[in-house]
Amino acid sequence: MKDLQLITLTVNGTEHELVVESRRTLADVLRHDLGYTGTHLGCEHGICGACTVLIDGSPARACLTFGVQADGCSISTVEGLASDGELSDLQRAFSERHALQCGFCTPGFLMLAEAYLAEYPNPSTEEVREVVAANLCRCTGYQGIVEAISDVARSRRESR
Amino acid sequence: MTSLLGDLTVAPPAPVRPRPSPAPPRPASPEPSAVPDTEPPADAPGLPPAPDAGPERSRSVIGSRVPRHEDDRLVRGQGKFVDDVDRPRQAHVRIVRSTVAHARLVAVDVAAARAVPGVVFVLTGADLIGLPPIPIRLPRGDEPPGCLQPVLAHDEVRYVGEPVAAVVAEDPYLAEDAAELVTVEYADLPVVVDASTAEPATGFDVSYGDAEAAFATARHVVEIDVSVGRHAAVPMEPRGLVADYDEATGVLEIWGATKVPVFNRNVIATMLDLPASRVHLHAMDAGGGFGARGEFYPEDLLIPWLARRLRRPVKWAEDRAENLVALNHSRQQRHRIAAAFAVDGTLLALRDHVVHDNGAYLRTHGLLVPELTVTMLPGPYRLPAYAARIDVVLTNKTPCGTYRAPGRYEGTFAREHLLDVAADRIGIDRAEVRRRNLLTPEELPHRRDLRALGTDVVLDAGDYPGLFATALARTRDWATEARQLRERGRTVGLGFAVFLEKSGLGPHETADVTVEQDGEVTVHSGGTSLGQGIETVLAQIAAQRLDIDDRAVHVINGDTNLQPFGVGSWASRSTVVGGSAVDLAATAVLERALQVAARVLGVPAEQVRLTGGCFSAIGEPGRRLSWGDVAGACAPGSPHLRPEDTPGLSARRVFAVDHMTYPYGVHVALVDVDRDTGHVEVLRYLVAYEVGRAINPTLVEGQLIGGVAQGLGGALYESFVYDQQGQPQATTFMDYLMPTAEEVPRRVDTLVTEDAPSPGNPLGVKGAGEGGITAVAAATANAVRDALGLTGDVGALPLSPHRVVALSR
Repeated sequence: MKDLQLITLTVNGTEHELVVESRRTLADVLRHDLGYTGTHLGCEHGICGACTVLIDGSPARACLTFGVQADGCSISTVEGLASDGELSDLQRAFSERHALQCGFCTPGFLMLAEAYLAEYPNPSTEEVREVVAANLCRCTGYQGIVEAISDVARSRRESR
Repeated sequence: MTSLLGDLTVAPPAPVRPRPSPAPPRPASPEPSAVPDTEPPADAPGLPPAPDAGPERSRSVIGSRVPRHEDDRLVRGQGKFVDDVDRPRQAHVRIVRSTVAHARLVAVDVAAARAVPGVVFVLTGADLIGLPPIPIRLPRGDEPPGCLQPVLAHDEVRYVGEPVAAVVAEDPYLAEDAAELVTVEYADLPVVVDASTAEPATGFDVSYGDAEAAFATARHVVEIDVSVGRHAAVPMEPRGLVADYDEATGVLEIWGATKVPVFNRNVIATMLDLPASRVHLHAMDAGGGFGARGEFYPEDLLIPWLARRLRRPVKWAEDRAENLVALNHSRQQRHRIAAAFAVDGTLLALRDHVVHDNGAYLRTHGLLVPELTVTMLPGPYRLPAYAARIDVVLTNKTPCGTYRAPGRYEGTFAREHLLDVAADRIGIDRAEVRRRNLLTPEELPHRRDLRALGTDVVLDAGDYPGLFATALARTRDWATEARQLRERGRTVGLGFAVFLEKSGLGPHETADVTVEQDGEVTVHSGGTSLGQGIETVLAQIAAQRLDIDDRAVHVINGDTNLQPFGVGSWASRSTVVGGSAVDLAATAVLERALQVAARVLGVPAEQVRLTGGCFSAIGEPGRRLSWGDVAGACAPGSPHLRPEDTPGLSARRVFAVDHMTYPYGVHVALVDVDRDTGHVEVLRYLVAYEVGRAINPTLVEGQLIGGVAQGLGGALYESFVYDQQGQPQATTFMDYLMPTAEEVPRRVDTLVTEDAPSPGNPLGVKGAGEGGITAVAAATANAVRDALGLTGDVGALPLSPHRVVALSR
């Protein structure tokens, strides 16, 4: 007998009402029920961080969160970073700094950085590195990721 | 020996062999302003002067740091990875895997699973009796019998994680529930975990010269006994497959294959008894490959088999706990390696006895990794005599295959660590022992009396001592820094390693280049996108030849319908072999365009020039034809098309190559060891690498920097530990420790040189995919040994805190 729940999620500003099993992860709800496939599953046990999304502005592992736990919440995914088709400064910086190769972990790093810079706009490079260590990347050696996030912190500071 | 490769490989079109024409060195300037003159291929008589050879040429796409074509979709989260594919009516598969390391399979009871509402089907090995085992993709021919993995175990299981049954259900959660209801009765059999206690399944010798005599008379003989731990590629994206069979057309579509899709298509077609032309593997994004992902695994047959049987789409998404016991492991070897030296440190001979732990089966790589280990072990040195023995042992652990720089990571560590120990024993400088023995440019090309991967080993071009000297000069400050840190009481060490890589394995690759009437250029390559940026690189190569913007080139890799002759992306071959095929196809398109443009312009073909992406006649610069115009003149119905002409502006070309090309490099590491905790911090790291010609330097540097991080995993952290019963102890990322941003050096310095273009291909390129990782274990272990002041070797990798503390006492 399935345990079904009606939930409401606002994803990147769009409201969705849907019925989900209570054990269904937020990652599966986003990816397979709503089609936000930019949120990736790399380990499903909360270590790699590829599935990082923002729940009411705070980074969370979508693989360790049930869809029902996010009922009534506002979710931000990688698909919401660009506005009117234009890449955000973080997205551009990742490309400019060669901070991605296969791109599978990239959405998680982008969302992590998005939340981090919103909360801590003046990080040192060492602090950025410490935060980047929350997620795993197997291609880049992290150098470009740290540089990209540091670049954006700097340019946002300068434009304030 | 079972090999489907020979039976299945479709005869390629007649290969085109370009005359080797070494390109001159690239300008040192980071902003390339000129293109090297490459001679046109010998098979293209009548080709007008290469348009990029003329003085009018204004820009070079090759060598330029153009932005990656892949990035835009990937940073938007719009990449197409396998689990992003959902088909209407799809059913979901969960694999039931062996929970014991070695046992007779007494019974597999699936009744309870079948009874669960929503379960569609349960498959066991008994349903697949008669199906052949998974074939070896690269057979040597001397593989022992009985070593191949069945698609599903039916009488015996040989490792924890081996597929025993497959449960298909309407929902993936339900499939997982039902899989837990499958009960398997096992009768335990003896478990082999330690390769040194088991009889080898096979083994072989590789030798030349009289090593025995050299060792008998040498002034110095130094021997060490070192091991590399079991670790693996572990790409960030787990595997997955979606298969959909259309009964009406008989077409089987598959999403999720990568690396070698055409080989996999042929295996599937043979095993399912379908025409290969009806099996379509789609091009996909893949979350990293590194040798392991994309090989033919049991699931690669199971999922298509189920889709065909059930007449509905079937999807399987691997989870990480499965992935860590199912995807190829690698690297586990023990080397008892010795060198014989003359009184002055001249290397007289090398011998090695390697024990290679291959896990439970020979998978698609067969004996490739053992072979590469012993054939590449002499490296870049002048070695008069060599004798290696490699014993291949099958153990009750996950089967092994290749992992980025297979055999070279292991062998380079053994050899370079030996050289450090030997230099100290003999009493000469560690750099000097290498300088004395590195082959000099005058000695190249250098033919070794060895064969690797069916090709003669001919070290093609380079200046090994030159690059070594440059690398040491670049890191001279590090030696000073190390001294100063030591004076302050820190346990700091400097280590270096010189290595030889191999790349560009043939036998061939095919590319199609097509120009559309809107001027867009399409490339269909047999390579596959694994994150390495091959779409960008191939677009640059085509754009260079066609004198257009690389953004006008659209590359599709690894779709078996669009490029049915692809050989795939492995062995650092995509740029070398795949890129050369694109260059040949683009050259053929250009040749054709010049002929047709001449007809349109009403002048002889010799008088047509391509400048700034447009065709014009000499002396008539005002009348210009775009690529789209010429494509239009080639379209059916065009008055410029002659009856014997094939319509369209398109060419398919094959680049065939007999020999591999051998890049080489130097790694230097500065480490700080905490004697109390055993923590090794890598303070500084340099990779110097000769690539012949960098199509896109940013991408080459990215490969090197990423390779270092991966290599540090195997050197310091990653290890698939098993207990005595063969139970894997590292099945999560909490136990299998891949480096995070905190474990990698703050900055990896790279020095990419283009001093020795490969004479074996029209681009002069050597592969860049593996040199970042090859010598990481060697340089890091040498640095730790230096820091701790060891007189002997470090013993075994990884240099985990536990081991480092033990060594420092």
